[in-house]
Amino acid sequence: MSTSLRILSDMLKGVIVSHATLAGALVAAVKEITGDDGELAAVSNTGESPEGLCAAVRAAVGSEPAVVFVDMPGSSCLHATLREFRARDDVAIVAGVNLAMLLDFVFHRELTPEEAAARAISAAERSIRTVHV
Amino acid sequence: MSIVLTRIDDRLIHGQVVVGWVQALNAKRIVLIDDEVRGNKWEQDLYALGVPGGVEVVFMSVSEAIEAVTEMNGDAIRTVFLIANVETARRLCDGTDIITHVNVGGLHDGNGRSERLSYVYLSDDEAALLLQIRDGGVEVTAQDVPTAKAVALEHWA
Repeated sequence: MSTSLRILSDMLKGVIVSHATLAGALVAAVKEITGDDGELAAVSNTGESPEGLCAAVRAAVGSEPAVVFVDMPGSSCLHATLREFRARDDVAIVAGVNLAMLLDFVFHRELTPEEAAARAISAAERSIRTVHV
Repeated sequence: MSIVLTRIDDRLIHGQVVVGWVQALNAKRIVLIDDEVRGNKWEQDLYALGVPGGVEVVFMSVSEAIEAVTEMNGDAIRTVFLIANVETARRLCDGTDIITHVNVGGLHDGNGRSERLSYVYLSDDEAALLLQIRDGGVEVTAQDVPTAKAVALEHWA
């Protein structure tokens, strides 16, 4: 029992930082598809000052290894995340979150942050395509 | 008149600005006016991440902006001025009469501020400074995104 708990606690945490309610909706979608929220947390920038958003992201990530997914490059979400974690090598940051990358992430949380981020990006890229019927 | 927007927004370059205003105004240059950012290369690189292709970004101190504003307003490059706080806007407006309109687009809670609009929080001192800017002949309105209606200072300061 204690071994199982230790392994679970060693797994990566995922934090989504977005405009409006996108982050929460993505967590809900992951849960609907997988039956598990995969230790994903959502942070919204709505109503947050730059300092307030930094504090919210910091609290959501905590002190354990994590991957932070932000909605778009150049947003206040990315600014806050970079300000908070530029000095931490156990936090990987991915811009341009989508559902496919989160679904890959929740099943590969045993990897290092960099490995999990690279996998997630690859999954996201493969998911974007023109579909012909 | 190449300066198409002068905006106070504590997030400076971010989604509403680059996706909303820059595209709506067809701006080709963003001038971020802030003494602290002007002296911090890491912060400049951070803000430059959000600038779309085809748009130039320039970082200036307030004094540099005052010196350059006439030339920038006279060239053909449609330009957005971004400022993080009311005091910086006051210093800029005190140094030039080229700025005729200031848009307040986002000032968040904290530092003794109270809510004036859902996206504008001001301390009493900041409200007084904005009134001072207006009394100097500058139109001051609040408007978060281009599709919203501009609200005159009298209604919220």
